[in-house]
Amino acid sequence: MSIGKNTPHDSGELHVTGRALFTDDISLSNDSLHLAFGLSSIAKGSIIELDLSKVVKSDGVITVISAKDLLFTSDTSPSANDEPLLSDGTIHFLGQPIFLVIASSHINARKACRLAKVNYKKEKPVLTIEDAIESKSIIADGECHYIKGTPEVAINAAPINLTDSFYVGGQEHFYLEGQVAIATPQEDGGLVIYSSTQHPTEIQHKVAEATGLKMHEVRVEVRRMGGAFGGKESQGNALAIACAIATKATGKTCKMRYDRDDDIIITGKRHDFRIDYDVGFNEDGKILGIKFKHYVRCGWSQDLSLPVADRAMLHSDNTYNLEDVSITSHRLKTNTQSNTAFRGFGGPQGIIGIERAIDHIASHLNLDPTKVRTINFYRSGTLVKENLQKPQTTPYGMPVVDSISTEITETLLKTANYKSRLEGITAWNKNNSVIKKGIALSPVKFGISFTLTHLNQAGAIVNVYTDGSVYLNHGGTEMGQGLFIKVAQIAAETFGIGIDRIKISATDTAKVPNTSATAASSGADLNGMATKIACRKIVNRIKKVLSKENKIPEDQIIFENGNILIGTKLISFKEGVLIAYENRVSLSSTGYYATPELSWDRKTGVGRPFFYFSYGAAITEVAVDTLTGETNFLQADILHDCGRSLNPAIDLGQIEGGYIQGLGWLTTEELVWDKRGALKTFAPSTYKIPCASDRPKVLNIELWDAPNRLDTVYNSKAVGEPPLILGISAWLAISNAISQCGTQYPHLNTPATPEEILKAIDRARNGV
Amino acid sequence: MVTFLLNGEVVNAEVKSSDTLLNFLREVKGLTGTKEGCNEGDCGACSVIVTDETGIAKTTNSCIALMPQIHGKAVRTVEGISSPDGSLHPIQKSMVKNHGSQCGFCTPGFISTLVAAHKNGDSDFENQLAGNLCRCTGYGPIIHSAKENLSEPVPVWMDENLDRLKDITSPNNLPQSLEDLATLYKNNPEATLVAGATDLSLEITKKLKYFNNMIFLGGCEQLKRIEITKETIQIGAACTISELIVSLRSTFPSFTNMLLRYGAVQIRNSATIGGNIANGSPVGDGPPALIALGAILKLRHAETIRMLPIEDFFINYGVQDLNPGEFIESIIIPKEVDILKCYKVSKRFDQDISAICGCFKLTVFENTITECRIAYGGMAATPKRAFKTEKKLIGSQWSYSTFETAKSEISRDFFPISDLRASSNYRLKVAQNLLTRLFYEMTDTNIDSRGVLPCP
Repeated sequence: MSIGKNTPHDSGELHVTGRALFTDDISLSNDSLHLAFGLSSIAKGSIIELDLSKVVKSDGVITVISAKDLLFTSDTSPSANDEPLLSDGTIHFLGQPIFLVIASSHINARKACRLAKVNYKKEKPVLTIEDAIESKSIIADGECHYIKGTPEVAINAAPINLTDSFYVGGQEHFYLEGQVAIATPQEDGGLVIYSSTQHPTEIQHKVAEATGLKMHEVRVEVRRMGGAFGGKESQGNALAIACAIATKATGKTCKMRYDRDDDIIITGKRHDFRIDYDVGFNEDGKILGIKFKHYVRCGWSQDLSLPVADRAMLHSDNTYNLEDVSITSHRLKTNTQSNTAFRGFGGPQGIIGIERAIDHIASHLNLDPTKVRTINFYRSGTLVKENLQKPQTTPYGMPVVDSISTEITETLLKTANYKSRLEGITAWNKNNSVIKKGIALSPVKFGISFTLTHLNQAGAIVNVYTDGSVYLNHGGTEMGQGLFIKVAQIAAETFGIGIDRIKISATDTAKVPNTSATAASSGADLNGMATKIACRKIVNRIKKVLSKENKIPEDQIIFENGNILIGTKLISFKEGVLIAYENRVSLSSTGYYATPELSWDRKTGVGRPFFYFSYGAAITEVAVDTLTGETNFLQADILHDCGRSLNPAIDLGQIEGGYIQGLGWLTTEELVWDKRGALKTFAPSTYKIPCASDRPKVLNIELWDAPNRLDTVYNSKAVGEPPLILGISAWLAISNAISQCGTQYPHLNTPATPEEILKAIDRARNGV
Repeated sequence: MVTFLLNGEVVNAEVKSSDTLLNFLREVKGLTGTKEGCNEGDCGACSVIVTDETGIAKTTNSCIALMPQIHGKAVRTVEGISSPDGSLHPIQKSMVKNHGSQCGFCTPGFISTLVAAHKNGDSDFENQLAGNLCRCTGYGPIIHSAKENLSEPVPVWMDENLDRLKDITSPNNLPQSLEDLATLYKNNPEATLVAGATDLSLEITKKLKYFNNMIFLGGCEQLKRIEITKETIQIGAACTISELIVSLRSTFPSFTNMLLRYGAVQIRNSATIGGNIANGSPVGDGPPALIALGAILKLRHAETIRMLPIEDFFINYGVQDLNPGEFIESIIIPKEVDILKCYKVSKRFDQDISAICGCFKLTVFENTITECRIAYGGMAATPKRAFKTEKKLIGSQWSYSTFETAKSEISRDFFPISDLRASSNYRLKVAQNLLTRLFYEMTDTNIDSRGVLPCP
């Protein structure tokens, strides 16, 4: 059995010895060239004059390319063709690439970039959400609206009403490995691209377009990324295209890697939101009607903003049944980095809205927030399954048939000892004037599938060799999430052999074509199933041969423990493979999987965008210093649903890492732009992701042990994004602690930096 | 020529003084296990182990270590941490087994830091790991891997035989005595002095400046001495923050506790107290405490010595009282202290630059504050005393109302700026609240959010 085992990451030993090769580690010939972008120093306006004479003369510079030198349309956008590789004369944000230096070394390229003289005609930039609302600056059609029932009527009729508005900050991915790509020239004019990307097919497509090549002339290979988190779904396009153009221009291998500062200044981040809510509810805290407005800062171009904003709307309900609800989403265009995919893809922003509303309601009613949560949860899937009750539907009309929120929450409240800790915290707060404690629970229900339905497909190729070894390739990419080992476990399981027989290989557009990005938590679901299908085909072919030879029905032939049991006869897997080979049976197969049962119309906002939901919940306890606003996370307890886990250790790693990343998003990770639109937090010295001591002192994580009720690969569930959302409990715990300083529910924006917390404490004390 | 041990082998490197160790490893030696994550010493992906004559294994950010700094030392990279026959170091084994790597990019840096801590017998892992950022794991499995090897012996292949470097010749810009340094600098006052380079290197890696005239201080043993007498502690300017923490721990525990949040281990192993003062930063964490303590700088120009109270050293932003060819030789701190409390407030607890740093030295006699020196960092263009606040406190009774009254003076002492770390309002408010914290701490009210335990 391979499924369900805690098999270590396939590259673990390579990681700890430094032998794992990342793109920047690939050895290049000495005549290889290196690239860097010259960046705009204003946020909005146009270029009057671009003087590159000093750049060209700088040490080691081979040539410099600006927009006028481009032979083909060089666009880096994954969606709307609205992102020219190099500025066409218009400046959309501070940090926009305007020219490309090709030089003998990385440092020479970077130095040369700073020698440009650019004359700009400056315009007043649109920077903030409020700026964009005021100037009606929008992306695409701008506004999107989902409605279920009659929220207006329900809110007006409700006994109690609350409204509020708060800001949710963005987040820099801070993958440890920055963006990087290499292009190598081929004898026939084609290109091989090595890129740190979640989306090799997109790189292939955009490079072909920018160089006038056919897609079959461009091969993209990705062995591994040093973290991605959505930041390498589209943001690697520019580097790969630049390398391809430079290689076509010079005939040399070209490499581009962003210095960390450039990386943070150029690339998009998590979308920041303003969320307004208007909720009506009764004395028990039951929500009777609710309206959300999302104001989404998309940045200067479309990128993936529409599906991100959609997903935020699709998660506005989280785990709660809302009969009368409306969600309006405003997609705002600003002169800042073009915000992009980031783990959760809008889901966390959608969920934080209702989670705050629930705590607000509980505070208003002086009820335990976990009680308010429980009475609003979707009906348990068990009741639905047993036909005891009809399923409730989401705001977009999808029946929720698999909810386990009630079960998970009840279990977690017990295992985390919530009740007695709540008493302890109340006592602490009575006796301590400076350090206040807070505790909060937040649940998650996350929809699994790309909302752009056609992306829910994947391919794999499996070759079995006559020595019984297996070569595995699929369309998913490895960014640290453990996809490759999970898929290898699936292949090993299907063949009934040990994982050591499976050769994991780099993602390669020439092996599996037309892949979707490894994103939306769907990597193992899609590629795992495609691989299983490929392996099953080969298993069935071998069975057919063995059945004929041994006159034993196929269903009595079993692949297990490295052997094949044919009735009562046992042969090795290798022997079985040889017999098939000698009988002229193909031992190579592709596998293809498309997620079933999806139907979604994003325009009307009705249908089934998701195959199923993943669930979880977390409870976090925090101590807040009311003199400075500093926080210390004391304990977190997490219970999370991975269906029947393919690899519990890998899943636990995703949960822990996701939770901490969510905690960082909502606490220390602050993005600060100045009035000119310059991002001031562009390096780890100024942008603070959690470090080891920010981890809660006690952290208990358990898996909810139950198979997915839907037919996913070995009834597992996706795990990449949902646990990040559990970090919301940390932010709610801070609010809970602050509420000890006043009578009203605190107005706390995110990130809850010490300064933001101290402000909220002041507001709580002064009753505003 | 820079000579050092690299994974046990002698290396003679023809390099420029401004070359970083990371670029040498990756680009010259092809040792690509060590990664560039940020190129400014804040993420730890480039960590390697540097061992000098003290025998302490020092995890070091190779991206901001300049080549002359490692002359005569032993450097061990991730490639040299498994045994020569390829078997894994116990820490490496645990990291694989415990799923301590996900994407693996930060992993070589973590391995270096953990292996150094293991060799030194350090077990305060949150502190040891503050300089290594991981975006994937949430740190749990990494800390677990460190803990389970506490009692494992250090593998023999981790020994560094510095004897092999006995007869090497030092580069000309790495003087080997205080006298040589003083002469060299007197004759070449345009030169840039380089101690730990943890700040200076950013001029090279980020601002892309070229330095062709640098003098490195690392060879002067006299600059690394700490002399403790009955009345004073005299600290050589080239003492690292790590060394300072060890030497001052028993005398000034509040100060050294704060210094445990100065950068992270990698930075503290390289950064020197002299450098922290000389660069004149308004947010350096050493100067406020030293000002509060009434420290004196011993400045040297050739043979001439000048003594200067440290608070007078900081004239304005980027302007210090230092003549051409003159340098800080040592810092002399009076030992006698009644109360000394040092507080640092930053966005992130560990490895962050102060938004505000407040240091308070008080003497209380028969419930009256008889003496008081207060200095803040992050509140002005230089680290600066709060004279008006001090005046208000001196002679007053030790009471809550005394401190509450004194708070208002803070906004007469300081007019702080708003920047990415904090707003002017926050700085003022917290600077005031630190007075409350001081009062509470001395009256046994719990003010230590880091020491709080979860409710059972």
